[in-house]
Amino acid sequence: MAISDVASFAHLTPEEVAELGREFDQIRRDIEASRGADDAAYIRRLIGIHRKLVVGGRVALFASAFPPAWAAGTALLAAGKILENMEIGHNVMHGQWDWMNDPEIHSGTWEWDTTCPAEQWKHSHNYVHHTYTNVIGKDNDVGYGILRVTRDQKWHPANLGQPVYNALLALLFEWGVALHDLDIVAIRRREKDPVEMKRQLRGIWRKVRKQVAKDYLIFPALTGPQFVSTLTANATANVVRNLWSYAIIFCGHFPDGAEKFTEEELENETQAEWYLRQLLGSANFTGNRFMHIASGSLGYQIEHHLFPDLPSNRYPEIAERVKALCEKYDLPYTIGPMYRQYGQVFRTLMKLSLPGKRGETQPEPPPRSNRRATPAELRDYAGPKAPQASAA
Amino acid sequence: MSPTTDLVRRVASRITTPLLPDDYLKLLNPLWTARELRGKVVEVIPETDDAATIVIKPGWGFHTDYQPGQYVGIGVDRDGKWHWRSYSISSTPDASDDTLAITVKAMPEGFVSDHLVRGLEPGTIVRLALPQGEFVLPDPPPAKVLFWTGGSGITPVMSMLRTFDRRGTMPDVVHVHSAPSRAQAIFRDERVALTEKYDGRLRSVENFDDEHGILDVTKLEAACPDWRDRQAWVCGPPPMLEAAEKHWAAAGLAKALHIERFSANLVASATGGHVTFAASGKEADLDGATTLLEAGEAVGVQMPFGCRMGICHTCVLPLKKGVVKDLRNGAEYQENQNIQTCVTAAAGDCVIEI
Repeated sequence: MAISDVASFAHLTPEEVAELGREFDQIRRDIEASRGADDAAYIRRLIGIHRKLVVGGRVALFASAFPPAWAAGTALLAAGKILENMEIGHNVMHGQWDWMNDPEIHSGTWEWDTTCPAEQWKHSHNYVHHTYTNVIGKDNDVGYGILRVTRDQKWHPANLGQPVYNALLALLFEWGVALHDLDIVAIRRREKDPVEMKRQLRGIWRKVRKQVAKDYLIFPALTGPQFVSTLTANATANVVRNLWSYAIIFCGHFPDGAEKFTEEELENETQAEWYLRQLLGSANFTGNRFMHIASGSLGYQIEHHLFPDLPSNRYPEIAERVKALCEKYDLPYTIGPMYRQYGQVFRTLMKLSLPGKRGETQPEPPPRSNRRATPAELRDYAGPKAPQASAA
Repeated sequence: MSPTTDLVRRVASRITTPLLPDDYLKLLNPLWTARELRGKVVEVIPETDDAATIVIKPGWGFHTDYQPGQYVGIGVDRDGKWHWRSYSISSTPDASDDTLAITVKAMPEGFVSDHLVRGLEPGTIVRLALPQGEFVLPDPPPAKVLFWTGGSGITPVMSMLRTFDRRGTMPDVVHVHSAPSRAQAIFRDERVALTEKYDGRLRSVENFDDEHGILDVTKLEAACPDWRDRQAWVCGPPPMLEAAEKHWAAAGLAKALHIERFSANLVASATGGHVTFAASGKEADLDGATTLLEAGEAVGVQMPFGCRMGICHTCVLPLKKGVVKDLRNGAEYQENQNIQTCVTAAAGDCVIEI
């Protein structure tokens, strides 16, 4: 079941929650105070690597009729797109590097190599998803308006097609992202303002036109007789990037242990409770430094959600402090290898395409806390908020 | 940029979209980009103990056809963060090598000026903003000119003198310059040489505070008795400029006076408060001495700016809520007014539209 009060779910008193909030604030202050030349060098270096990957890939594809060049060019281009979308673009647009005061590496000016316009992404992702994280009915990332990812979402016969929708979304992920801010749920409910929708569609069209022209017309044409092989290479690079970013992103909030919340939770939610919701609603995965950079540091989804605008290269050290706090306050810290996290997501998606047994309300598996109830608590437990007759 | 280069760039950006060709070309040469104006430090020439001339080779998109007397914005990277200041250009636009030079005096606790004078290595890439400023000579220049400069206030005037020299069109100039001491007088040798070269046309009067005492308007009149017949360009510390303004106004000659401030005289203070930058969602708690421009830059808002001393109005932004105070004179601005962020500070909580 979705959680309507993070504090009681986490067995914390209001004072403990407030104290936890102060500890998270302290982490933020420490990192902010220590941002400097090394951090700037990190992002500049990655940007340099991205440019070289793309140039390398495009140049190799001038021989795209030659299979090894096709493979190398596709791989370089896919790697470049992944690096740019995930570790660079996503994080720059979060404002992680705004402190550098560099207009070229700034959330206000960044445009990324994908069909989704940066402006719309910043609204649907930075604002809607990062503010209302995992709140059913508020956060459109809970199933993206097309998938049933928790039993809190009512089953509909259309969910039977979920295995197919999932596969299509994975393959066409950048297109899903491009259309995401249109808010499919609102359109379905006929609540969408047609003027706003037209404006957004125009923005998407402007971006899509350029992206498609580049990858499917201009570059193939530049390689002359190798038009088709360059086109397939570019399409493959885009699809590889789609599959990878889909898999990484689905590991963020859909594995077991990443909780969902009801709108009640948002009522009078304090900053400290917001932190707690981010922590409980996100899941990490393990990996080495290369893996984390390739996944846009989203293996540190928990840290990213607690501090979305702190530089991503600092997440590893932030994670150490967050883990220590979780131990101190007896809170779950959801983490596992990526294949396991994605395995859980896939299983949930397949299972939830069916309505489930009658009366089955628990999500799969039930919400966990790494703290066991004490025998006294178990004895006193009288069901979910049942009125206690004896108190009269 | 010429129409042809512009066209080439537009076509090329079709294949680099969403980036610009510049984003790739600057990997080959850091100056091959017009996306953000930049330049390479070619040389740092010490002028005195605490002043240096920085010669910069600008990159693409920067035109060296500025007017003598104008200033340029320069951004330097310190600890991963770009810091911006404005300095008068001391070189002449007629230089054949397409470089430009600024002359900087290290201020006590000057985080940027000290770095520029003492810590800048040749080869460093700096950011630039296009030259601007109204402290310029009309074309053609007036027949009789008075320059009155104090300390590093000589830099824009040096650019004018060098331009006259380069063009061989020195009008009748009296240049009164005061410096704290002989050793601290910037461009002394060059001024002496120019005076000799243009004997009879360029007259130079020097005042060293430690030898001659402070140069006030009485001394100025003595040094240049026909000052009323001359168009005057005055640049120096704030008290000197105030004295000049009063003096020329009293003589009813305010129109003949052109002044340049190289630092805003921030005398007032505000109470400070919590500032919200509405569009970017950034916030900061401010004291009463920090300008809104500095505050915005500190939290990573892309603030527009120009002179950073209250002259050019490039930094103007709408104040959505609250009250801010002009640090030069204590004037207060209310919501829905447009404010110069480089010289205003929070007087209580306020919201800026950016």
